[in-house]
Amino acid sequence: MNKCVERLYNGIIRENPTFVLMLGMCPTLAVTVSGMNGLGMGLTTTAVLVLSNAMISLLRKVIPDKVRIPAFIVVVASFVTIVQFLLEAYIPALNDALGLYIPLIVVNCIILGRAESYASKNGVILSIFDGLGMGLGFTIGLTAIGIVREIIGSGKLFGFGLLPASYEPATIFVLAPGAFFVLALLTALQNVFKAPSATNVPAGEGIACGGNCGNCSGTACAANHGILEAERAAKKAEALKKAKAAAEAKAKAAAEAKAAKEAAEGKEE
Amino acid sequence: MKELLIILIASALVNNVVLSQFLGICPFLGVSKKVETAAGMGAAVVFVITIASAVTSLIYSCILRPLDVTYLQTIVFILVIAALVQFVEMVLKKVMPALYSALGVYLPLITTNCAVLGVAINNVNKDYTFLEGIVNGLGTSIGFMVAIVIMAGIRERIEDNDIPHAMKGSPIVLVTAGLMAIAFCGFAGLL
Repeated sequence: MNKCVERLYNGIIRENPTFVLMLGMCPTLAVTVSGMNGLGMGLTTTAVLVLSNAMISLLRKVIPDKVRIPAFIVVVASFVTIVQFLLEAYIPALNDALGLYIPLIVVNCIILGRAESYASKNGVILSIFDGLGMGLGFTIGLTAIGIVREIIGSGKLFGFGLLPASYEPATIFVLAPGAFFVLALLTALQNVFKAPSATNVPAGEGIACGGNCGNCSGTACAANHGILEAERAAKKAEALKKAKAAAEAKAKAAAEAKAAKEAAEGKEE
Repeated sequence: MKELLIILIASALVNNVVLSQFLGICPFLGVSKKVETAAGMGAAVVFVITIASAVTSLIYSCILRPLDVTYLQTIVFILVIAALVQFVEMVLKKVMPALYSALGVYLPLITTNCAVLGVAINNVNKDYTFLEGIVNGLGTSIGFMVAIVIMAGIRERIEDNDIPHAMKGSPIVLVTAGLMAIAFCGFAGLL
């Protein structure tokens, strides 16, 4: 049971997909025009994430290693289709508000990322809790961003008037540019407080994405991780070498100083 | 002809794929450090999206609709796109090694680019014909290329400037993107 709670904590706080990992930026920017939309998108993604994690964990010993990515994609796409039809039937308003972005949950890197890094290696119960934690973390992130944009952009909170009528809403915050500005503020705050976040990772030189996992679309990641590791190892080795050289130089200097001192003493004698 | 032109302009400028629909944000922020690589990525996206929108609209109208299995569109499209990118990569490697060496690195990055799937689904949602679908794909990808190349140009200029510590890295890039989005709002009056 402890492990399940640990998974929830991990997804919601320690590796929060929106604030820490900076994954799934497309829906984060696109649907957060209001708190309600953010909540809806987050919960929809959570449903898909939990179901696909469970299914992939069940199938993890059946799926051959070489075709695992296409297999994962098929599983995810099936659940997205199911969820899309459920929304269309029971919550048509939300379905209209989110529109194109519901089928695009398929290419949300959080889902494929969790399938690859967790569900394909762990048991069903833990995978479900992992999906739940990650999904709730994503929901909290989207809702928070949605609330900020809604309050500034239309003076409302979940559709109810919050600020007095004398407040002139800055409409730009519910339009496309506002999404970029809110996210810019968020990452700037993370910069200032040196928060653990993907945007604070120093960029690697040898790879297209700059080693910034916030911009990762997934596919090339295995190779990129290899390059990053190699780069880090090289840097470490260099630092070690420098330290060694410095230590040697120090030792040498000390020895020389000693020799000189002895020589001087010898002379004195 | 006039309709096609309207679709082209609408998808390239008015409803810019990155700046107003937020599709393909990842490569837009990730591969826009240098104009050269941004242009390479843009060209690869133009190539793949145009082919993908042709193939997916063919599959939709020739296979999914006659068999009455249109509910499979998401699954079919994503698999077709993934296979197509691999296939394009192999064909380019064999037939046009020069083009491959220019675009090759970017091709695998495109498989999970949501813009490709977004265009395919958009074509279906808006009930575009085969030709309209291709034009929409072409327009969307040109819009992507324009946005990413402009972004890379601005970022090259920003690089050497004295940016406040807090805004270094992602924040300044996102602010730039926001300003570009405002500029692209101006195209709304075009149609």
